[in-house]
Amino acid sequence: MQQILEQFQDQVRTAAAGKAALRIRGGGSKDWYGQRLDGEVLDTRPYAGIVDYEPTELVITARCGTPLAEIEAVLAERRQMLAFEPPHFAHFGGGGATLGGTIAAGLSGPRRASSGALRDFVLGAKLLDGKGDVLTFGGQVMKNVAGYDVSRLLAGSLGTLGLLLEVSVKVLPLAYREATLRFEMNEVDAIRKLNEWGGQPLPISASCWVDGVLALRLSGARAAVDAAIRSLGTAHGGHIMPDCAAFWASLREQRHAFFDGDAPLWRLSVPSTCGAIVLGGPQLIEWGGAQRWLRAAGDAATAERIRATVKACGGHATLFRGGDKSVGVFQPLAPAVAKIHERLKAGFDPSNIFNPGRMY
Amino acid sequence: MIPAIPVDPERRRQVASALRAVLPERCVLHDPEDTRPYECDGLAAYRQLPMIVTLPDNEEQVLAILKVCRELKVPIVPRGAGTGLSGGAQPLADGVVISTARLNRILRVEPYARTAVVQPGVRNLAISEAAAPFGLYYAPDPSSQIACTIGGNVAENSGGVHCLKYGLTVHNVLRVRVCTMEGDVIELGGDGLDSPGLDLLAVFIGSEGMLGIVTEVTVKLVPKPALAQVIMASFDDVVTGGNAVASVIAAGIIPAGLEMMDRTSSRMVEPFVKAGYDLDAAAILLCEADGTALEVAEEIERMTEVLQQAGASAIAVSQNEAERLRFWSGRKNAFPAAGRISADYYCMDGTIPRKHLAHVLSRIEEMQDTYGLRCANVFHAGDGNMHPLIMFDANKPGELQRAEDFGAAILALCVEVGGTITGEHGVGVEKIDSMCVQFGANELEAFFTVKRAFDPAMLLNPNKAVPTLQRCAEMGKMRVSGGVLPFADLPRF
Repeated sequence: MQQILEQFQDQVRTAAAGKAALRIRGGGSKDWYGQRLDGEVLDTRPYAGIVDYEPTELVITARCGTPLAEIEAVLAERRQMLAFEPPHFAHFGGGGATLGGTIAAGLSGPRRASSGALRDFVLGAKLLDGKGDVLTFGGQVMKNVAGYDVSRLLAGSLGTLGLLLEVSVKVLPLAYREATLRFEMNEVDAIRKLNEWGGQPLPISASCWVDGVLALRLSGARAAVDAAIRSLGTAHGGHIMPDCAAFWASLREQRHAFFDGDAPLWRLSVPSTCGAIVLGGPQLIEWGGAQRWLRAAGDAATAERIRATVKACGGHATLFRGGDKSVGVFQPLAPAVAKIHERLKAGFDPSNIFNPGRMY
Repeated sequence: MIPAIPVDPERRRQVASALRAVLPERCVLHDPEDTRPYECDGLAAYRQLPMIVTLPDNEEQVLAILKVCRELKVPIVPRGAGTGLSGGAQPLADGVVISTARLNRILRVEPYARTAVVQPGVRNLAISEAAAPFGLYYAPDPSSQIACTIGGNVAENSGGVHCLKYGLTVHNVLRVRVCTMEGDVIELGGDGLDSPGLDLLAVFIGSEGMLGIVTEVTVKLVPKPALAQVIMASFDDVVTGGNAVASVIAAGIIPAGLEMMDRTSSRMVEPFVKAGYDLDAAAILLCEADGTALEVAEEIERMTEVLQQAGASAIAVSQNEAERLRFWSGRKNAFPAAGRISADYYCMDGTIPRKHLAHVLSRIEEMQDTYGLRCANVFHAGDGNMHPLIMFDANKPGELQRAEDFGAAILALCVEVGGTITGEHGVGVEKIDSMCVQFGANELEAFFTVKRAFDPAMLLNPNKAVPTLQRCAEMGKMRVSGGVLPFADLPRF
């Protein structure tokens, strides 16, 4: 591994000397995500392997190139999981997702609203910076306030601050019981119910509304799940959904029929309490109302309309997949926030070699 | 301890008059009689009279103070309730303190959205009290929660005894509104679950007041569990106790609280709180379940079984709320109890991977002989955060130095086994030299990159938390002492 690390360092130093862009790439499962791909590929996959896994410490540490599937399999053997349920997106033309790419993309799955985001579970990271130096932040412990929390800053940074070499992630036990209820419900009622239920001590671990049907996943102690099935099922006409694991996986991986076809896919991140957002085009609602997927055009006029509407609700919109990227994949930043981004980028990557333009 | 630096009266006149030109008279304190209460935070051994203290009423005034300080190049120290234990709010002789005491309004509690929007000077517990009528509460509960403010919690990324299950401040704050040293007002995070760009909210939380002045915070509220019950288990040796903690986690249980005390601690607190602790046990474990009555019953049963199999010599389950609080009382009062049996004490805050607990505890026991001082150990067992309490008497020649050396050795040991020098109290001025043990030159330089991105003039809370390379080269030693703490009656950690 030391040899591979040295190759990475050489590649980075050479790129820095020539101010040439490097495109950090794991499995390439999310090549389509983000603003722009530029530069010579730095393939992280050779730097792979689980460095440490202590189930009783609730922490796993692995190198960036480790396949996400391998990590999940190892955790599952000990009845544990990555609670942020990251998507693999293996069927969009790339290879299998890696841990490094997963952390850099920062995407969380169905459990986000109840268990937390990917960044919430990042405990530590080793980073190869723009000078070719290896930096270590955070650690393998859950409570650590020594120095700024740079490891969490790296989550979702799309590889723009450096090459993630190794990451330590908090893991959680699988629930003792899991079940999914299915309700016939319109969009407005579903949003209202999700917010009301969110304020009650119910073991809700995921939600999805699409096409007049609300699916609600319950996870936790047997007694808690059974009691919730009884109370919600009776009061709101919910029925147990068979084969629910496949349903939630199809949602996470965007293999659900909603995601079929070539129409551009928008991701709207809004306050969960936002009522129905009328934008034309079908929507799928997750995260208790806080994440809404929209199929709509990806042209400049549509983008402007979507962004203005979503901003007025207190949220932001991402042109997640497809469409015309020249409209800006990510919502523009306030100038004072953009200034801080530029300084961070210049500090970690002075020669501007890492994934330039991937984020903004 | 660093000798206090005298305030330059001429400079004070100049800065005070500039501040009075933009602020109401009552918002600017400069008479030493008025500024004396601000000379230290919870780290009472370090006292420094600030040049000036400001108490802004609103964000506009915060911006006005920042502008004056920017123009006159005056460093700023933000301050909440001043309960911090690492000197993060320690004033500067040539600096202005910005106190959030008057920014103390709860702006909105929104039960439907399960959020509260508050000003930084609102006390942690006041948020939960305001949310209680809706069956909601703010989860992070640092033991000083009756006094500490949400602004201070954001600065320190505060935890609490329930953070294993409910997370730290970083997991429970959705948005902060911040005035930067450059005079910009920025919002990090938002009312949704994420925001575009880099996750600046994550790096801002726990930044010890060095990146900006918070003027508003949106926190997440969660449903209050209907019931909590705690198991008190005794163990004949700490290794068995430590392994029992691992067994609980391995069984797929995340307890609401999971705490351990060694015999020195339980014997120290029992006369004080009369909790009914098993004084023969080498270690006592407190293991809490919360949720609905059915959920708690199921979890308590499962935990009891695991603890028995793990070799607990005795097990008691709280039968009512009064008993639950009594079981917890000793754990929460270890700090004041140490003050009763020892003239001075030094509280450490390292975190270790839990598997090294037995090794670390036995090394600490050996160190007691090496340094000739007693050390009691209380331990957030679920997340590996240790609070060794070193007891000494500063009036006895050499004891202070030995306590400091003992403390530094414990922190170095925490780093050696893969842990950290501070789990929740922050670096501040107290542990700034131990940062040199944990981080190398490249990491420290990266921290300064973060600092400069928010505050290029380096005027916000300078010389705290992140040591310069030069300082690391000079490496000094520091300590907590005094016997009398401010807020001595507050439960701690």
